[in-house]
Amino acid sequence: MDGTENNILIHKIFHIEGGNFPNAGLISDQVKKILKEAGLPKKVIRRTSIATFEAEMNVICYAQRGNLSLFITPNFLKVVVEDEGHGIPDINLAMSDGYSTADEKIREWGFGAGMGLPNIRRNTDEMVLTSKFREGTHLEFIIYLDRQENMLPFE
Amino acid sequence: MTVADIVKNFGLQTRAGRERLLEEVTGGYASDLLSDVIAHSRKGNIWITIQTHPNIVAVATMKELAGIILAGGREPDADTIQKAEEEEIPILISPLFTFELVGKLYQIGISGMSPC
Amino acid sequence: MTLKEVKETTNAEVISGDHDLEKEIKCAFAAELLSDVLALSQEGALLITGFTHPQVVYAADAANLCAILFVRGRWPNEATQQLAIQKKIPLLSTSYMMFETCGLLYEYGLKTCALKTENGRDGK
Repeated sequence: MDGTENNILIHKIFHIEGGNFPNAGLISDQVKKILKEAGLPKKVIRRTSIATFEAEMNVICYAQRGNLSLFITPNFLKVVVEDEGHGIPDINLAMSDGYSTADEKIREWGFGAGMGLPNIRRNTDEMVLTSKFREGTHLEFIIYLDRQENMLPFE
Repeated sequence: MTVADIVKNFGLQTRAGRERLLEEVTGGYASDLLSDVIAHSRKGNIWITIQTHPNIVAVATMKELAGIILAGGREPDADTIQKAEEEEIPILISPLFTFELVGKLYQIGISGMSPC
Repeated sequence: MTLKEVKETTNAEVISGDHDLEKEIKCAFAAELLSDVLALSQEGALLITGFTHPQVVYAADAANLCAILFVRGRWPNEATQQLAIQKKIPLLSTSYMMFETCGLLYEYGLKTCALKTENGRDGK
């Protein structure tokens, strides 16, 4: 859909285990390292780190398992997160600030403020979220590398 | 100082528990981790949090807190409002983030707890 | 204010990063739920929290925060400490409660941090 196939410079896949709270943050940390090594602008790294962290949290908190794929092309980076789990019954509701279906365990681990999906949207240039109730969720987001605002120094 | 004084002073909106606004406030407690609130808060404290689910009412009732202020413009869930009305726990809203809200409460004389 | 002044105002102990105490702290944010941390958008931000799992360091690192001050005498475990050293994020701990800690720092003059708004610009 976006020409990714033609220009992939970096492609990595990570597996995320649902419910594995002690490991939360490990995958997004690895993604951050890859972006740093690739010499991407600081702002891109920051936005990607935040969006990836939130996406990783969602799989750990709400799904049985998931895969996170990172694609880097000369013009953009793309992250695809596919998970198996109960899915999202109402996506519009899920995208609103503060809406949360977190349980006690999730909150004890410091998650569940209901800001995850809105945070991903705020930090990415394009975002697509689809879900099949009782099967899982598919999330994709893109951050453009050649956009002016992504190349400005950090705030 | 009562909960009503705080409401007036900060222009807070009240979402539940209007009949209990004359409760005297003994101090302030700020935390989003329920286990902490259960462990350390004291009767009559005003609790500042961003948690909006009904369990906050259960905790406030258990610890006999004077009320809950939701910071950062958070709105309580519908279930939370209902439960708060049943238990007569004031739920108030502030657009300020926790740090600033607590800072301002501290300035008007609400104190925290002594160090651990 | 500098991190050193934060330490003195709250009677905090330095857990790691004592060579970084001259770091300039521009604003503070109290958060115990990690998504709140990730919504921060200001440089020089001090995170005030009672949450001590390594995730708090991952989140602080993702959001490029300046330092973390733990309240209620909370002391992070070895894993959290090591991660913070690796990420060069100074950690401090005060025995004051969250309420008192925010009160003292606000009184000193520290401002609250800005969050990212819907259109990506900074705001409240």
